Amino acid sequence: MSKRTVELELATPGLDARGQPARVPLVARGLEPGNEPDLGGEHLLINLGPQHPATHGVLRLVVELDGEMVVRVIPHVGYLHSGFEKLGEYRHYNQIIPLTDRTDYLSPMANNVGLALAAEQLMGIEITPRCQVLRVIACEMSRIISHMVWLGTTSIDLGAFTPFLWAFQERERIYDLQEMWTGARLTTSVTRVGGLMADVPDAFVPGLRHFTNTFPNTLAEIDRVLTRNAVWAGRTQGIGVMTKAEAITYSLSGPMLRASGVPYDVRKDKPYLGYETYDFEVPIGEHGDVYDRYLLRLEECHQSNRILRQALDRLPDGPINVDDPRVILPSKSRAMSDMEAMIFHFKQVMEGVKAPVGEAYVGIENPKGELGNYLVSDGTAKPVRWRIRPPSFINLSALPKMAEGHLLSDLIAINASVDIVMGEVDR
Amino acid sequence: MNPSVDALRTTFGDAIGRAEAARDGETIAFVRPDRLTDVMRWLRDTPGQAYDYLVDVTAVEYRDRERALEVVYFLRSLERHADLRVKVELDPRGELAVDSVTPLWAGANWLEREVYDMFGVTFRGHPDLRRILMWETYAEGYPLRKDFPLRGRFSRAEQVRQALNANPEAHYSLEELSIAEAFDEVPAEMRERLRRGERGKLPFDE
Repeated sequence: MSKRTVELELATPGLDARGQPARVPLVARGLEPGNEPDLGGEHLLINLGPQHPATHGVLRLVVELDGEMVVRVIPHVGYLHSGFEKLGEYRHYNQIIPLTDRTDYLSPMANNVGLALAAEQLMGIEITPRCQVLRVIACEMSRIISHMVWLGTTSIDLGAFTPFLWAFQERERIYDLQEMWTGARLTTSVTRVGGLMADVPDAFVPGLRHFTNTFPNTLAEIDRVLTRNAVWAGRTQGIGVMTKAEAITYSLSGPMLRASGVPYDVRKDKPYLGYETYDFEVPIGEHGDVYDRYLLRLEECHQSNRILRQALDRLPDGPINVDDPRVILPSKSRAMSDMEAMIFHFKQVMEGVKAPVGEAYVGIENPKGELGNYLVSDGTAKPVRWRIRPPSFINLSALPKMAEGHLLSDLIAINASVDIVMGEVDR
Repeated sequence: MNPSVDALRTTFGDAIGRAEAARDGETIAFVRPDRLTDVMRWLRDTPGQAYDYLVDVTAVEYRDRERALEVVYFLRSLERHADLRVKVELDPRGELAVDSVTPLWAGANWLEREVYDMFGVTFRGHPDLRRILMWETYAEGYPLRKDFPLRGRFSRAEQVRQALNANPEAHYSLEELSIAEAFDEVPAEMRERLRRGERGKLPFDE
């Protein structure tokens, strides 16, 4: 790309044509036109991260620049690698659940659900109706907080500070509900194989109902301040475009895939937790650019809110855990007073729950994309292999393709639009 | 059982091994390693199959040392809403190598790099087969192999020593240094080491 020179008609030195002060010195001293060094051939290497606020975590990008244009991006990941998959091979199925909190730490509850579903599929366990609905609530709450963090941080990256505050305030309200339910805001560990860690407290349902009634107001405010904002549109439209075919070949999933016009949502196309019985719509993008991804995530928040309302309306009474003493711990009081319950308690804690030989893959629609949990068992209480299909890792692998030919400042917008969380990319 | 398996057998004959049902109801088809790319291309491009989406690539090593190491490909047809799992068995005592499917699906690039990084499986024809989660000079082996101890091969003291002695320049690949035209400026000895792809030594190599 050739150098770009800015030409302004100067009426008086230091003032532009309209009489406003010209803030940018157009030509440096001693570098009058015709006298400036030729910069055309040299490419610049820029190291972005791993400690950089705009890379959303410890992502390191080595960027080759021609002037301000990105020629090539070489991402380096792994700074947060914790070996979760290896650790999982040394743990009982229920002991893996705390590890899933720490992968995609912006939607911990949905990760808990994903692992529990895979383990239940492997063991052939059918969960109770109340547990199903509560897990749907957990997944959709996660989607809202994850999208709110995405929206807040992306708007900050592009220079809009106010939506960040609104989005994080909404996230805080969900965190209060999560804390009410599980005692933790971030490391929820809410599921167990065959059920849940705890039932929701009495104040939870009215609290969540209040949230679903007031949350759309915030979405409307964000919509009003961003969607038709000229700066926002200018920074996002036509940036980082992935066509339909490219999105498929790069194995993108979630909002990234749907923004490119591929109507695939695991909740609709391979339903789990009874999602087929909920009335909601899956938004699809048209252009596959950053702006479409923004619109799509905003609409997904509306749809998640709809699902939450329906889930609250239908929340059945009944047990949250399956009635199977081999997988569910007896209550503390029974374990201390009933001999048989104590034996089951002992066997579960000491030996763990044994899964039959075989393997199971369960994909769920996480906020970032399709989160897959693949468990292989050799008949013992610990999996031979636990594989997480990490949606943001795979979505991030398309970043070099998306950023090529854009400006460095657009690279920040594109990287933000992928919605990565490094805990999950590096695992 | 997924009908694609019968179609595969008709087309590829004995290149298709046994087929199993997984506990989640999907079908696993075992494919001979040398025919993998042909099978995958056929599955992707044949109209009635149309497995156009690669969900995941990973590997499984069993605790039983006699069992083969498996490379697993999760395929999906977006229009037909059908899934198929393709497995390739490799002898862990032999050469762990299989053809890359990155020419078929661009998304396989990082996934195969991760399998290489974690299991040491080489993907022939991969455009950029480097470690991805571990750093390029990582010398302790392949973390997800069953013979790899949970805490790593080196002692904590050795790991700290290596981290403190690391070259900051080694954080850039040769390719990256050549972009910056910094390559000619680094000392000749370091250039030589970088060119060799300097790696640490395993204690038991010596």
